[in-house]
Amino acid sequence: MSENTSHSHSERKPGAKREMSRRQFLAYTLGGTTGFLAAGVIVPMVRFAVDPVLQPKSASDWVKVVEESKITAEPKSFKFQVHQVDGWYESDPELEAWIAKDSSGKIFALNPTCKHLGCTVNWNNNPSYKDQYFCPCHGAHYTKEGKNLAVAPAPLDEYDVKIENGFVYLGELHANSIVK
Amino acid sequence: MMKGVYNWIDERLDITPMWRDVADHEVPEHVNPAHHFSAFVYCFGGLTFFITLIQILSGMFLTMYYVPDIINAYKSVDYLQHKVAFGVIVRGMHHWGASLVIVMMFLHTLRVFFTGSYKAPREMNWVVGMLIFFVMLGLGFTGYLLPWDNKAYFATQVGIKIAASVPYLGGYIQTFLQGGDIVGAQTLTRFFALHVFFLPAVLLALLGGHFYMIRKQGIAGPL
Ligand code: HEM
Ligand code: FES
Repeated sequence: MSENTSHSHSERKPGAKREMSRRQFLAYTLGGTTGFLAAGVIVPMVRFAVDPVLQPKSASDWVKVVEESKITAEPKSFKFQVHQVDGWYESDPELEAWIAKDSSGKIFALNPTCKHLGCTVNWNNNPSYKDQYFCPCHGAHYTKEGKNLAVAPAPLDEYDVKIENGFVYLGELHANSIVK
Repeated sequence: MMKGVYNWIDERLDITPMWRDVADHEVPEHVNPAHHFSAFVYCFGGLTFFITLIQILSGMFLTMYYVPDIINAYKSVDYLQHKVAFGVIVRGMHHWGASLVIVMMFLHTLRVFFTGSYKAPREMNWVVGMLIFFVMLGLGFTGYLLPWDNKAYFATQVGIKIAASVPYLGGYIQTFLQGGDIVGAQTLTRFFALHVFFLPAVLLALLGGHFYMIRKQGIAGPL
């Protein structure tokens, strides 16, 4: 019998596919099983670690900030509260917007987060940069419209503005649309 | 007494060859400051390791009081520094050691560079050394956030923005490091995990490779 089977095995036609050896078969199945088990351990952990990256971004609501009549040509800082969910920590932090009127009287609002590396800018806080926003971290400064004059690679971000019943509402934060 | 204990164990497990293999070597003349004082530059690697051990030890003890939570992190650091006996010393060891380890590592790298010790057959150890360098920077970066004071917060804000400037992937790297859209509660726990578990584990593995290769290849010859 053994002669028979070994015969039928060795009688391969030329060019026919060689059958897998026992050793190779074991290597593949054991390798495959190990890989499967390892993936069973690794995949949950990796998915766990990257979860924040896969969460959808939440849109922000309109927030009532200040009476329209308080806004002047000179930028002024106004605080407003937003509801913020940071994992298990919910809070209502105060955000800041610098709101002013442009030459045509249109109201615009800038976010004071420096576009260099994220410190906080201030209006007219450095004698060398009169009537500009200045960042204390690495000296970036910006015009009233938020145009970046030095260090920072982009203009200050701008809030969507809506005027309703004499109040200024701020919405989504986006790239500056006043200066290019 | 100690000798008796040692002999008792040695008889059963034959431990003498093990520690001989690790620790019992001639120090070549060109790396021995007793022969040429200028050979002190060869100590920088060992000093880097010494300070790394201090970082690991002092860090382990800091975690007895520290909590990685945005409400309590600052309070716990304040408490361990001012209320706990020797808190100033233990935190001081970790605080100053973190800078000193970078200085020592840099000096060690200069020594290896100027003695040409990175050349064949030691190229792989230069590469492993560079990986150690980046892991150390990672430890410094993630540790710096942990006290959760203003300096920590803005240093992290700036550091993450730098990471976010990577083309195409920057935004993902930022969200991954922050664990969300802002530097907040989830950033602190993440940085704590990286600082205390992940990076030290990687560091120890790399150091193992570093020392294995030194043991195998010996110290580079004199200039
Ligand atoms: C070579 C390795 C390490 C470096 C370079 C390093 C660096 C740092 C730095 C720069 C800080 C901020 C210190 C301050 O602001 O005063 C810090 C804090 C901390 N590190 Fe490390 N670290 C290392 C290893 C470790 C290890 C292994 C652990 C724990 C197992 C640890 C636990 C901590 C804790 C709990 C804090 C917060 C307490 C504090 O800020 O004083 N570190 N580390
Ligand atoms: S963060 Fe504002 S200048 Fe660098």
